[in-house]
Amino acid sequence: MTTAQPPVSAERLAVLPPLPRDEEGPVFDEPWQAQAFALAVKLSEQGHFAWTAWAKALAEELAAAEARGEPDDGSHYYHHWVSALERLVVERGLSDAAALEERKEAWADAYRHTPHGQPVELARRE
Amino acid sequence: MDETGERPVDRRGFIKGSAVGAAAFAAPGKMMTDRTDEAEVHAADAHEHDHGHDHGHDHDHDHQDVPSDIALRVRALESVLIEKEMVDPAALDEIVDNFENRIGPQNGARVVARAWVDPGFRDRLLADGTSAIGELDYLGGQGEHMKVVANTDSVHNLIVCTLCSCYPWPTLGLPPVWYKSSAYRARAVIEPREVLREFGLDLPEDVEVRVWDSTADIRYLVLPQRPAGTADMTEEQLAELVTRDSMVGVARVASPSSGGGR
Repeated sequence: MTTAQPPVSAERLAVLPPLPRDEEGPVFDEPWQAQAFALAVKLSEQGHFAWTAWAKALAEELAAAEARGEPDDGSHYYHHWVSALERLVVERGLSDAAALEERKEAWADAYRHTPHGQPVELARRE
Repeated sequence: MDETGERPVDRRGFIKGSAVGAAAFAAPGKMMTDRTDEAEVHAADAHEHDHGHDHGHDHDHDHQDVPSDIALRVRALESVLIEKEMVDPAALDEIVDNFENRIGPQNGARVVARAWVDPGFRDRLLADGTSAIGELDYLGGQGEHMKVVANTDSVHNLIVCTLCSCYPWPTLGLPPVWYKSSAYRARAVIEPREVLREFGLDLPEDVEVRVWDSTADIRYLVLPQRPAGTADMTEEQLAELVTRDSMVGVARVASPSSGGGR
């Protein structure tokens, strides 16, 4: 039987949304979802965090989104996945928030300065 | 931002596209259909004083469209971790390729069909799901500890993960969108009969509904009832009838005469 009740208030119970449904669609809707998925699996496989720690981090992101009033119909699931991944990567000292932000800006800059038809690459870092 | 209204990109294209450094996100018109994206790019461009672009016409730019913020965050994570040699890009591609092409509910369907034709396997499966599924070689990440629960005339089983999205990957692949939704995670334990009704399964009151809450440590698989009219079918033909939804417990396996599952 069930081992844990979800944190659901009576008020929320009254306004539970209808279930989203799907046919057996694609596994990932966008390339970044596949990349984020594979990164979490691989980092866990390599012992950077246990999968239980991953499940806990993801559950916390999902719960936080609901607490902000953003109950998810499942379509933003991988956004929460990425937030959990960033948090664990920083917590486990694999990188830090400033380095990730800087790298993100570097990629954005690379896209803005790469002509159409050429591969987007980061400039050599000093 | 919301990319869900966009057409899913080609599956094979993903795998190739996930190579680091490739311009995987630069398909014209792909990432710029979102108004939020356009606003972000305009704001970013405003800092580029040496640009002479007409900011009202993104697609005429002579540089590439900037991916969405979330895609850039993932790109940053990936490139930093690869640079530190914490992950191998080829291994990342292999994981995606496996889930796109090899791991899915067809694996669980073979387990179910075997249990239908082989009573000895069925007994082993229900007694020790992990080792019986291991006989078919469908163990692995997120399926190391499996418990299989059988539907009968008097019991119907339903699987959920109330906290996140734990799901038996090696037998069912990745979970569908609805399984990950707040609504399903909350409602499956509160009002399972109503949830099943919304999936088109109206259970008689005398059928007991058992809800199993998956965790990172143990994953469940429903063994659905073998439908009528299948006595002459082979194991392979039976496996074709078994749907993902029936193994999560939100559907029954339809009899082939009634049009079969989807």
